[in-house]
Amino acid sequence: MKPIAELVKDLADRYGRQRCNLLPILQGVVEQEKYLSEYSMFEIARELDLPVTEVYGTATFYSFLECKKMGKYIIRVCKTITCSMKGERQILMAIQDMLKIKIGETTQDGKFTLLETNCLGFCHKAPAMLINNEVYTELTPEKIREILSSYLHDKIIGGEHVG
Amino acid sequence: MSDNDIVKRADFIFKNENDWEEVLTKSLARTPNELINELISSELKGRGGAGFPTGLKWKLTSELKSDDKFVICNADEGEPGTFKDREILSRVPFKVLTAIALCGYVIGAKQGFIYLRGEYFFLQQELKKAISEFEFFCKEIKYDFKINIFMGSGAYICGEETALFESMEGKRGEPRNKPPYPTAYGYQGKPTVINNVETLAHTFTIFKYGAKRFYDLGVQFSRGTKLFSVSGDTPKPGIYELELGMSLSDFVDDFGDDDTKAVQVGGASGFLVPRKKFSATSIGYEGKLVGISLPTGGSMMLFNSSRSMFNVLDNYLNFFAEESCGQCTPCRVGCQQLLKGIKAVKRGEKPASYLDKLLSLAETMQYTAKCGLGQSVANSFTSIVENFREEMIY
Repeated sequence: MKPIAELVKDLADRYGRQRCNLLPILQGVVEQEKYLSEYSMFEIARELDLPVTEVYGTATFYSFLECKKMGKYIIRVCKTITCSMKGERQILMAIQDMLKIKIGETTQDGKFTLLETNCLGFCHKAPAMLINNEVYTELTPEKIREILSSYLHDKIIGGEHVG
Repeated sequence: MSDNDIVKRADFIFKNENDWEEVLTKSLARTPNELINELISSELKGRGGAGFPTGLKWKLTSELKSDDKFVICNADEGEPGTFKDREILSRVPFKVLTAIALCGYVIGAKQGFIYLRGEYFFLQQELKKAISEFEFFCKEIKYDFKINIFMGSGAYICGEETALFESMEGKRGEPRNKPPYPTAYGYQGKPTVINNVETLAHTFTIFKYGAKRFYDLGVQFSRGTKLFSVSGDTPKPGIYELELGMSLSDFVDDFGDDDTKAVQVGGASGFLVPRKKFSATSIGYEGKLVGISLPTGGSMMLFNSSRSMFNVLDNYLNFFAEESCGQCTPCRVGCQQLLKGIKAVKRGEKPASYLDKLLSLAETMQYTAKCGLGQSVANSFTSIVENFREEMIY
């Protein structure tokens, strides 16, 4: 992992230092760090010569740009109507039961954060969730245990890749 | 088509894309005006849900003089119950890329973007590969055009076209006032055509087969086919390409589970149609002579009698309250108040007549909210509360 100042500089070199490059840079930091710390927002503001309030204002607008410390794997369970009808609650219970955390919390070892999210666009394969950028669909409590075990051992089972 | 299909299926969108090079080369040999006229006579309307005539959009942008113009493919598919655009981009990406490049040719843009929602990050790599192959071919035929992917970060509102521009400019995704419209003042303040993924895929079909083939499908004012994302209480959830203009009762006969109580047409921002109105409702754009026509981005969510409409509305309002950008008061406060209001009525803290006050609040939002999000909350709110009032109270 690169130190943040270096990461921000690299991202700015790659995307540019215009205002329109802000989002890709924020996303790049989140990809490595999983969230935007105050320090990283200061660094980005300095690198792009923007008021730090602008960086903060933009970052906090987007639900995937987390601004508080997150775990290595961010679990986002879809809570929108179809997933909620097709058993989102059981899925959440299975996750909570296995990881011993509630929604919004991170495990002690900093490995998992559990969140809910709005429609992931997999309503026909509900219930669905994201772990980082990987999509998992047609979930059942059994499947949850299988998927999470794979993450616990850092041997990740791939999710959905096509439609 | 199997025997128990009641609604007419079609197969254009996902049909092979292998001839994209030919379609691109042949179309580039025609004049921009010919292509625009082809689109106008096909009567293709925007498939994202709003239904603006695509040919006109291209024409308006093509007529403006500007050093820079842009084409943007809106792949910020966030409407609950919609999942067709991802399927298009993963199965026939070259159709979309060809359409973007042809739009660029027609309006005089050298650059196109695909604004892809953050949730579809996993599509990015394949799409990038397709883009480089596509750009390589463009270079070969000496057509100078670039396409970039811009990733979203989990904000529903960024599917609203002007919010999408703001987001691409590195700002909060807050919708702008309209007018000026994107055709004149879009990304970076330049004339911009922004089309839904599916709309672009249809233009490919039209350029390939000609306008007539498309126009002959569907009904008056609602020509062509449309992809429908079917989910909820149905034995066959999935993506279907159907002709526009079908009646909702036919749709339910085909896709329902024999116990369908209501269908949400057009996602959370669309309308809920109860069983008694199925036969009076058709799926298409406004202007049909008989019955109610509901336009849609293609989201069809079916609910059977085991579902509580209160829970459905509660879920939608939570969604809107979270996704409201917070810029204008009617939407920011309205969504919260509607949500609090229905809960208070349910708990008996407010009388049933309070629902009427909430209905009038929803109407106010419809007139005063700045963008489509705030304006359309009233669609689902009003259609659910009016048709299932008892379920809101007891």
